[in-house]
Amino acid sequence: MAGGSSHSIAKPIALGVLIALGYFIAVPLLSGGSGYVLNVVTTMAAVSFISFGVWLTFAIGRINLAQAGFALIGAYVTAISVAHLGLSFWVALPLSGLVAAIIGGLIGWPVLRLKGVYFAMITLCITEACRLTALSFPGITRGAQGMVDLPLPGDLSLFGLVIIPAFEKGARLPFFYLAGTLMMLGLLFMWLLDTSRVGAVFRSLRQNEDLASSLGINVAKYRVVAFMVACFYAGVGGGFFAALQQNVYPTSFQVIDSVYFMVYCFVGGLEFVIGPLIGALVMMTSFELLHEFQRYQTVIYSGLMILCILLMPNGILSVVRRRSSKAKGANNA
Amino acid sequence: MTQVLLNALVVGTTYALIALGITIIFSIMKVVNFAHGQLYMIGGFVVYYFNVVFGLPFWFGLLMSFLIVGALGVVMELFLFRPVMLRVKREEVTMLLAMGTAVFLESLALIVFGEKQRGVPPIATGIFELFGARLPTGRVVVIFIAAALIIALMAFIGYTKTGRALRAMAQDREATALQGVNLKWLSAMGFGLGTGLAGLAGGLLVAIFAVHTGAGTAVSIKAFLMIMIGGAGVLSGAILGGFVLGVLESVGYALLPGSMTFLVIFLIVIGFLIVRPNGIMGKPWG
Repeated sequence: MAGGSSHSIAKPIALGVLIALGYFIAVPLLSGGSGYVLNVVTTMAAVSFISFGVWLTFAIGRINLAQAGFALIGAYVTAISVAHLGLSFWVALPLSGLVAAIIGGLIGWPVLRLKGVYFAMITLCITEACRLTALSFPGITRGAQGMVDLPLPGDLSLFGLVIIPAFEKGARLPFFYLAGTLMMLGLLFMWLLDTSRVGAVFRSLRQNEDLASSLGINVAKYRVVAFMVACFYAGVGGGFFAALQQNVYPTSFQVIDSVYFMVYCFVGGLEFVIGPLIGALVMMTSFELLHEFQRYQTVIYSGLMILCILLMPNGILSVVRRRSSKAKGANNA
Repeated sequence: MTQVLLNALVVGTTYALIALGITIIFSIMKVVNFAHGQLYMIGGFVVYYFNVVFGLPFWFGLLMSFLIVGALGVVMELFLFRPVMLRVKREEVTMLLAMGTAVFLESLALIVFGEKQRGVPPIATGIFELFGARLPTGRVVVIFIAAALIIALMAFIGYTKTGRALRAMAQDREATALQGVNLKWLSAMGFGLGTGLAGLAGGLLVAIFAVHTGAGTAVSIKAFLMIMIGGAGVLSGAILGGFVLGVLESVGYALLPGSMTFLVIFLIVIGFLIVRPNGIMGKPWG
């Protein structure tokens, strides 16, 4: 494995670049200027970006329901930076991730000692606590009224050279490209992390923390790092949504969103880096397709979700893999 | 202060019922029922329909809320949790299943029951006075019903054959099966008992607070707080957790502005879990 690593990495990266280029060209062409399709794809990309963070906490064996809370923190950091502090959006976005990661580190250090259901329950409470914090300090966050009419991202220039032009009012394409770039960078980093030594350490934490620590792995350090990376994803994703919707409310990200982020990881399959993306793609497409059922939309959607878990408890990708390994077995025989 | 403590007693007794329900399910199935709040909400609506729409007495509605929500729990156990638990690789899947059920029940309730807040007429008139604190008699009745239910439940679990079987199953499923206990029947019944308690709590509190279809998540969160405080899977811990949360909440509402109360409670619970990760009565969690 170690000897052939340069080969085994070059091929998927070339494939990935091809798919990325195809995505950036094909989706706007296929949508035919339909703002609706472009909007859905943009949301899907940003949501799967946030879900990668949840996936990473699953990789270390924790059920993370705090992701929506940290996305809310990121959304408020972006909103406050661009509206009150007059910072550029391009500074505010990474700053959102950074603030979310630091807060995540501070909370995560003690909380990550909990396991299993306790961790799931406490992270659920963290999401709720973030919403209440936003409600409780109207001086900074404007409370329930929310922060509205946020300015659109301005231009990004380096040494007088404009790298990204300012976003125009009503234009959907810039956000589509931004979300797509985020998603791909997010996926690339997750994949590099997963295939690296650190990724192996994370997996060992999921299987047995005591054993990992007996091998000299600083368990507490690694799990906090993983959690902080997850929070960084949430913060950046939240900041993106604040810019996309040009508003933030305490209800912008709630417990149900945390649940959905987790659902996307599950539906895709927890053993695959690309799982959250597949899950978000399948679940959000089916949600949009159910649109004509109007008020029955959510019932049918959640019914489908339950059915998905009943039929494929280990995710869609696990079914695909089982099929292909069966086919391989047949060929060999 | 007496007033605050009396209020704490009202919510604490009903909260204890919620926490007992979720604890029973957790201890026998090792499943955290994320749909508990939604079942509570349905219990409230059952009482509303029997009492207000059909004009039947409150106690009958309460009985029906236990039976209907309990039956719902049995169905959930038989057709959702059991098949999934038989063939999953990871325990998280059952948790996700419970969450999916929660979303499903809530959106279904929105269609069936509508968006309106529903309440029932006061179950008793008059004001009850104790050491200068005043409490509507309806709330006193709620305290007594909830306390009676808790005692009845503890007696059922502690002294009947079925209760002993439930406790045995929570400890060791295989050994229980070897003693000739029908596990299939028993775990469905235990699940139904747990959800039925959620229904009862919802039915009782509808007499005080009214209910709406979105109430579920907040109740689930409170239930989690209670079992985190008391310790997951321990019945006495559940009762204790219910009362502790009742006191914290009542004191908080008396001293702090609205949304701050639960923020402070969350911080207290997070701090508390750092000191005692398994709650007051909990056993170490693997």
